[in-house]
Amino acid sequence: MIQISPHAEAALTCTLDERSLYLRRLVLGSVRSAGRGHVGPALSLIEMVRVLYDDVLRIDPTNPRDPNRDRAILSKGHGCLALYVLLADRGFFPLSELDGFCGPDSILGGHPEYGMVPGVEASTGALGHGLSIGVGLALAARMRERSYRTFVLLGDGEINEGSVWEAAMGAAKHGLDNLVAIIDYNKLQSYGPTDYVLPLEPLADKWRSFGFAVQELNGHDVGALRTVLKQVPAVPGKPTAIICHTVKGKGLPAAESNADWHHKNKLTDSELDAIRVAVGDF
Amino acid sequence: MRNTAMNMVHKLAARDERVLYIGSDPGAGTLRAMSKEFPKRHLIEGISEAHIIGMSAGLAMEGLLPYVNTIATFLTRRCYEQVAVDLCLHNLPVRLIANGGGLVYAPLGPTHQAIEDIAIMRALPNMTVICPCDADEAARMMEQTLDWKGPIYIRLGKGGDAIVSKAEHGFEIGKAILMRPQGDVLMVTTGIMLQRAFAAADLLAAQGVRAGILHMHTVKPLDTAALLHAIRGVKLVATLEEHVPSGGLGSAIAEALIDKLGAGLPAMLRLSLPDRFMHNYGSQDSLLKKHGLSADAIATSIEHALAASRTSAPQLHPT
Repeated sequence: MIQISPHAEAALTCTLDERSLYLRRLVLGSVRSAGRGHVGPALSLIEMVRVLYDDVLRIDPTNPRDPNRDRAILSKGHGCLALYVLLADRGFFPLSELDGFCGPDSILGGHPEYGMVPGVEASTGALGHGLSIGVGLALAARMRERSYRTFVLLGDGEINEGSVWEAAMGAAKHGLDNLVAIIDYNKLQSYGPTDYVLPLEPLADKWRSFGFAVQELNGHDVGALRTVLKQVPAVPGKPTAIICHTVKGKGLPAAESNADWHHKNKLTDSELDAIRVAVGDF
Repeated sequence: MRNTAMNMVHKLAARDERVLYIGSDPGAGTLRAMSKEFPKRHLIEGISEAHIIGMSAGLAMEGLLPYVNTIATFLTRRCYEQVAVDLCLHNLPVRLIANGGGLVYAPLGPTHQAIEDIAIMRALPNMTVICPCDADEAARMMEQTLDWKGPIYIRLGKGGDAIVSKAEHGFEIGKAILMRPQGDVLMVTTGIMLQRAFAAADLLAAQGVRAGILHMHTVKPLDTAALLHAIRGVKLVATLEEHVPSGGLGSAIAEALIDKLGAGLPAMLRLSLPDRFMHNYGSQDSLLKKHGLSADAIATSIEHALAASRTSAPQLHPT
C-alpha cells in the first residue's frame, strides 16, 4: 500500500502561482498545436523542472556546451513538454518552437533528443537509462576534477526498470555526492496506480538502503524545492535522492490523478474551455 | 587473442589518459597490472551490463574513452537497448570488447554462445563491427581504436588461435585484406574462419581449384570496393562465418553485391551455423565441424557449389 504522506496530501491541495500557471499554458498550447502530447507526466514535473532551471542549475543558455555547466537529464523523456517550455523560457531556443511540437520539421519531438534541442543533455524516451548516464557524467566530473553537478529526473513508473537500481548501486559504490536523482512520485503510471502496476513502497527506504541520502517533499512546493535542491549533496559522500510527491496532471482538475490524461490526442472544445478556467487563457 | 586485446587496453591507457577499462565481473586478475598502475581507470562495476553501458555513455560524453569488457552474449543480448540508444544514437566512442564470440564457450551452452551478435550489432546505425582473426591482428586492431569516431563492437575469439595474419598486412578499420589472390572461387571470411579458409584453400588447390581469400575483419562498415575488386573473374563467392545465417557476414556480402551489381550477381555459397541454438557442447572445433565449418567440409561444399554453378544456369524460380 502507498503510505499516506503529508507531502502527498500537500501536493493535492497546494495552489499554483502565476509562473506555474504560465508554464502550464505553454505546455498545453503545444499540446493544442500538435494535437498530441504526454500531458499528465509534464504537469506533474513542472515545478521540479522550473526550480532546477530558474534557481539551481549553473547554466548559460548562450553557451549550452560550457564544460563547467551543471548537467540535467530528463530520464522520463515522455515528460519532455515540461523541459521544453523551461528551455524555451530560459532562452535556449525561441518560444515559437513550441508551436511546432512533434511536427515534421520541428526540433521538438515527443521525446527529447540530444543534438536536436539546445540544452538537452541526452536522448531519452526508453525508460531506465538516465541514471546510468548520470553516473557516468558524475564519475567523469570527479576524474576530470570538474565541479559540475548532475541531476537526473526519473518517473515513478520508470523506476520499475531494474537498470535504475543497478545504477543506484553504482552511484553509491562510487560515493557520487555530485549526483542527484529526483523522483517524480505522482503514483500513477500509464495503466493505473503504481501500487497496482508494481508497488514501490517503501520507496524512501529503498533508496536509503541503496546508499542514497533521501529527502521527501511536496513536488509542487516551489519554496521547498528551492531549499532542498540548493542543499545538495544532502549528505557529503553520498548520492542524493529527492522523492517529490506530486499529482499527475497537476493544475487541471479533469486531468489530476486521471490515467486517461497520461497521453492526450486532440483536445476537445469543452476540454479547452476547462483548461482556460484552470490555468488562464492561452 | 583475448589476453592480447586486454593487454592492449593497458598499453593504450599508458599512452592516452582518456582510456578506461570497465569490466562487469571478469575473471580474477583481469588486467591486474593496469589496476595497479592506473587504479582510477580500471573499473569493475558488477554484473549490471545495462547500467555499465549507460554509465560508459556518460563517461564518453565527457571525453573519456571506455573499453567495456565482458562475455559477448551479455554485452549484446542483455543490454541491447542501452547499446542502441545510449551508444549508437548518441554516436559515442565506447569500445565493446566481447569475449567468446561465436562458439568459444561451446561447453557452457547456448546462453554463452554468441551466434547472432554480428547481426544485431551490425543492424544498429553508427555501430562498427570488427572480428579479428588472431592475437597479432587483435593488437594491430586495438591500435586503431583510439581515434575512431563512434562505438565499436569487437568480437574476440579464444586464446591460442593460430597466427595467420602478418604485420605487412597492416590493419585499417573498414579495409578488408586480400589474404590470397582470387582464383576460381573467392572465400570471404571474418574472425577465426580465416584459419579454416587457408586450410580449405590448400585442400582445394590439391584438387586443382584455385581459391582466393578476402578477410573481412570489419563487417561494418563493409569494404565494398575491396569485395567488388576481389570477385572479378571468380565463378563462386563463398562466405564463411561462425554465426547464424541471418544478418551476419554472408548477409552483408549478399546485400552489398545486390546493391552494387543488381542483375549480374555471381554464384554464391553461404556457409554458416544453422538457424538454431546449439544444444551440443564439446568444443568450438567440434561444433564447427558438426555444422560443416571444418576445412574439409568447407572445401567439399565449395567443390559441390562450383560443380553446380557450371552445370546449371541461374533460375529465378527453380522447380
